Amino acid sequence: MLSFTLGKLLRALSVLLGVSFLTFMVGHASGDPVRLIARGDATEQQKAELRHSLGLDRPVLEQYRVYVTHALHGDLGVSYRQHVEVTDLIALRLPSSLELAGAAFVMAILLGFALGVACVVYRNGILDQALAGLSVLAQVVPGFWLGLVLVLLFAVHWRILPVSGSGDLAHLVLPAVTLALPILGRMTRLVRAGMLEVLQSDYIRAARAKGLTERQVLLGHAARNALLPVITQAGLELGDLVGSAFIIETVFAWPGLGRMTVNAVLQRDFLVVQGAVLVIAAAFVLINLAVDLLYAVVDPRVRSQ
Amino acid sequence: MSAFWARLIRCPPARRGSLILVIVTFIALAAPVLVPTDPWKVEPEARLLPPMSRSIAVTGAHPTLHVLGTDSVGRDVLSRLMYGSRVSLTVGFTAMVLSALFGSLLGLVSGYFGGIVEALTGWLIDVQLSFPFLLLAIFLLGALGGGTAAVILILALATWVNYARIVRAQTLSIKNQGYVEAAHATGAGVGRVLFVHILPNTLAPVCVVASFSMAQAILTEAGLSFLGVGLDPSTPSWGTMLNDGRDYLLTAWWISTMPGIAIGFTVLGVMSLGEGLRELLDPRGAS
Repeated sequence: MLSFTLGKLLRALSVLLGVSFLTFMVGHASGDPVRLIARGDATEQQKAELRHSLGLDRPVLEQYRVYVTHALHGDLGVSYRQHVEVTDLIALRLPSSLELAGAAFVMAILLGFALGVACVVYRNGILDQALAGLSVLAQVVPGFWLGLVLVLLFAVHWRILPVSGSGDLAHLVLPAVTLALPILGRMTRLVRAGMLEVLQSDYIRAARAKGLTERQVLLGHAARNALLPVITQAGLELGDLVGSAFIIETVFAWPGLGRMTVNAVLQRDFLVVQGAVLVIAAAFVLINLAVDLLYAVVDPRVRSQ
Repeated sequence: MSAFWARLIRCPPARRGSLILVIVTFIALAAPVLVPTDPWKVEPEARLLPPMSRSIAVTGAHPTLHVLGTDSVGRDVLSRLMYGSRVSLTVGFTAMVLSALFGSLLGLVSGYFGGIVEALTGWLIDVQLSFPFLLLAIFLLGALGGGTAAVILILALATWVNYARIVRAQTLSIKNQGYVEAAHATGAGVGRVLFVHILPNTLAPVCVVASFSMAQAILTEAGLSFLGVGLDPSTPSWGTMLNDGRDYLLTAWWISTMPGIAIGFTVLGVMSLGEGLRELLDPRGAS
């Protein structure tokens, strides 16, 4: 278990180093930040001084070392455009992002499981077929396009929900549903397929032979065993969710990390982008590490791999 | 081979998928003949016209019918959609081929040789899967500039992992089989064994992965162009059209809804074909 943990830790660290190096080099290659900061009438002398005071005249690897050292101390630099600490910007936007992603994720997993079970209970009924259609639709169109259509229907045509922005619960509905729909579709299909497979097994026949009602068999015995793939899939969906949240936040003008990063990219404020990418990557690596270790604790077979 | 095609055509999802792809490819190839008007022609006086309206470009001339309306600078939406199919198919297909080549090669080599190559590939796969790639894509394209070639490269980088994993697994199980040993024994070199005896036998699952990754590439291109870091805004692609219509969503719904439908139709075709291939090649998963 110790060598397994160490191996996973080393891997997580190397991933973080790789990502931070890559993002730093991309930011470095994107151009001279002094051109962004310096006033138009600055002389070459003043620009050189500015470059020196920011440490931009040092070797690249030295700059990277300084960046990482500062990052480890919780300092991701100061935005060239907004003149605010990058960590402050991220801390300001993170709660909104968590709120949106959390709402979407919980809705997708819980509702996906419930609807998947319902599809099996009322097999080939209207609900089953409607959900099959919906899940295909949600796979073949871009998620943000579904969002645009939902805005047209619910905000423009029927005027029951706000178009964009954040505030009360009503603002959360459309972006969260948009973000959740593709995952919900996949979840429903997964649970449905998993339950239909479980229904073939011997213990289900035993449960039926025992005289349990169909409902008891489905909800008490089959549904429970269809939960395992849901948990595995839920972990995989998280990466997808964060990726698409970047676009969805932009569509709905949601004041989260995603919209901030996209705006920073468009304004070429790359220190902010670098910081956001690094924070998200770190969060991901930590979550993956925790999941790996948790698996190893629960299932001893994993450790020997 | 002809038996394979016959089976493919009898498989309902594959038939549906091929039909859709034939239609979209036909539109893409014949776009210059099919388009009602020049997709680049800007007509300021005919901007934001709703579907089925007519515009008169030159006074006294025959009015042009805009079946799907016009966009914010008066370009015909239907014509741009038709030309957009060329861009989406080319970008999706090229990205798919590139990533299939790169991923399969890496999977083949790491599965066959093992050791340090395998460890390195495993690490690369880990890095890629351990955080949302779209994030890095937005950053790379935003910092270093977009454009068609850059987008294709990024999309290829986004999907190579799937090929590498499946080809590696296949290679591991094939390399110990009798016919590979026989090839070695008759004096075949490593290159010959890899490319003549092993690689062709991994093709079936690679085709399935390819169709799904092409679908993913088309969707991702739309997303990147929508954000404004993808293709050049003047390129008539479905993604850039979605971006065009973003600011006019409340007044001119057709500009961004139409490209979405086109994307959905095309991706449905690609995915159905992939599903059909999977059913054919893996009878176990067909049920």
